Amino acid sequence: MSLRKSRIEMPAQDPKERVKNFKEVALGYTSEMAREEASRCLNCKNPLCKKGCPVEVDIPEFISALKEDDPARAAKILKNKNNLPAICGRVCPQENQCEMHCILGKKGEPVAIGRLERFVADWEREQGIPDPEKVETINKKVAIIGSGPAGLTAAADLAKFGYQVTIFEALHVPGGVLMYGIPEFRLPKEVVQQEINYIKKLGVDIQVNFVVGKTATIADLLEEGYDAVFIGTGAGLPNFMNIPGENLSGIYSANEFLTRTNLMKAYLFPQYATPIKIGKKVAVIGAGNVAMDAARTALRLGAEESYIVYRRSAEEMPARHEEVEHAREEGVQFLFLTSPVAYKGDEKGYVKVMTCQKFALAEPDESGRRKPVAIPGSEFDMEVDTVVVAIGQGPNPLVPRTTPGLILTKKGNIQADEETGATSLSNVFAGGDIVTGAATVILAMGAGKKAARAIHRYLQGIEK
Amino acid sequence: MYEILKNEVLGSNIYLFEVKAARIAAKAEAGQFVIIRLHETAERIPLTIADYSREKGTITIIFQAVGASTRELAEYKAGQKILDLVGPLGVPSEIEKYGTVVCIGGGVGIAPIYPIARALKEAGNKVISIIGARSRDLLFWKEKMAAVSDELLIATDDGSEGRKGFVTDVLKDLLEKEKIERVWAIGPMVMMKAVANTTRPFAVKTIVSLNPIMVDGTGMCGACRVAVGKETKFACVDGPEFDGHEVDFDLAMKRLAIFKDEEQRILAKGQCGGGCGCH
Repeated sequence: MSLRKSRIEMPAQDPKERVKNFKEVALGYTSEMAREEASRCLNCKNPLCKKGCPVEVDIPEFISALKEDDPARAAKILKNKNNLPAICGRVCPQENQCEMHCILGKKGEPVAIGRLERFVADWEREQGIPDPEKVETINKKVAIIGSGPAGLTAAADLAKFGYQVTIFEALHVPGGVLMYGIPEFRLPKEVVQQEINYIKKLGVDIQVNFVVGKTATIADLLEEGYDAVFIGTGAGLPNFMNIPGENLSGIYSANEFLTRTNLMKAYLFPQYATPIKIGKKVAVIGAGNVAMDAARTALRLGAEESYIVYRRSAEEMPARHEEVEHAREEGVQFLFLTSPVAYKGDEKGYVKVMTCQKFALAEPDESGRRKPVAIPGSEFDMEVDTVVVAIGQGPNPLVPRTTPGLILTKKGNIQADEETGATSLSNVFAGGDIVTGAATVILAMGAGKKAARAIHRYLQGIEK
Repeated sequence: MYEILKNEVLGSNIYLFEVKAARIAAKAEAGQFVIIRLHETAERIPLTIADYSREKGTITIIFQAVGASTRELAEYKAGQKILDLVGPLGVPSEIEKYGTVVCIGGGVGIAPIYPIARALKEAGNKVISIIGARSRDLLFWKEKMAAVSDELLIATDDGSEGRKGFVTDVLKDLLEKEKIERVWAIGPMVMMKAVANTTRPFAVKTIVSLNPIMVDGTGMCGACRVAVGKETKFACVDGPEFDGHEVDFDLAMKRLAIFKDEEQRILAKGQCGGGCGCH
């Protein structure tokens, strides 16, 4: 067997075409491609890739099954640890996790683990996902708050242990950020709902339109007979810069912009009644994955020009390399070392002008990135008619405010043990962005997994 | 799914719906709201809770059928179901014993002022209520308001009922002759702005309830942001009630009109059936 140094490319929609539609950009491997890529895996005795996976997937094992042309077995191995493989295969930053540790990466490209994961999950979905095996039920109830990646993972693992699990979701569909945040062209909503259906088949009950902290408090749930609670409410409060004119019409938080488009399907307006206003010239402030999603969404909604405006340089961009490349290919433009200081609007209150300032990079700051310093007198005006502020999110206060005794960090996140999710309240656990601040889908899933194990130990009276 | 138990026409284009929603009814307090999504392709819209019955497990919403979504809602009959209903959202009204308080409801704003007046009355306040509208066919709940008020005053723009003029005219007279501790005002943005301007020289704390555009209603999107004093607040989680003397009403009115053009497109679609190919 000859060893390829480079991985098999995954087919994708042509940038010129895809920028006109909301269909998925990356098209996935064919069986042949998957088998060929799988054959690159050396099946190391000491597989380092596994150490890079927050949900502990048996990576060489599932790839071996693929090599042997047994995708059904590959799917079984994968789902033993990962309840959301079609999602992870699409949105995980594998380059910083499993693939970063792959030995092939030392001299060439690492095995495309993420693409293989996606192939297996998609193959299984096309065949029809088999029903999970029944487990012996344990007569204890667990409430999960939030149906994003952390909540879904905790719920699925607890259901596999045998607990009676109910998820409480504030929005009208489950999925959290997978539904409202990540765009259709990167993560089709049908794929998300199918994976959630699998979790329902594990016996998990999902109550939508239920805002914990409002419809009922954690204390109410405990009183109603839940034995433990897991909080996975995510990073749900958008940050703004608090600069003059930021409340003008046409300036959205990334959450609003993406929620209107993804969750409410504003791109199908007026068939779907939720509107979105998109200008000719769109500026997205920030350079994370969410900013890339917003800039690419803007083009698909009909913007003529879409800019990423970022106060540091290309090197410091927190977005995944792949997302930045996709954005570039589609025509998103980048204004580095630039940040808005004020907005001006017309008489009706719509934003028209963004005043920006130029920055230079100084020494690295505490985050290890070089600190941007404003250049005096560098202000300039840029005409814009839509602005999307994508500079991160803080913790949503609804649960913390209504849960006495729950200790928070200075930033308002829930203080929880990294390994167990244990909080200051003995029967309450937490994980995901509500604990760490905005991070990735897979880290939230990892936290959900650890918390499920800790809740199991707690409910078995072993330890917290 | 949430069943509509009653659909009652209260006045010209004003509708009252009683909806089965036991969990929301169990927690609802004066000043809070719900968000509804009628069906799969509908938008999420906020509506204030006008009343609730913990015993029956129902909430009452009252709305004016002016926009595309409210017109569609008005078509729903008793027995039909609303797909999504979530709440109670927002911070409840701050109910205490203040002394003499004035509760003002303008137009469809009479509905949300009612539970506040009732709660203030129950807390031992002397409640003077003022309700107003353009004309008498837009007034409703006079008896209900009278029952929870020590005094009920009425104003209509055209003089068809009560005093001819605005609620602010009635309010100004009250402020001049009596010591008022606090004022609540709910109604159109222009009315709430006028009330705040009327009470400002008297330095009487004035609470208004804002009804901006919302999407999730739980603090996630920031569509409902309003400028209050020097700060930006989210009406859904910090409000919907704010100190009227601090609210930037002009900004709030502009933000309410953001999607006016799109609203017209939706309404036009309803009129021509959407088969015209023009939208």
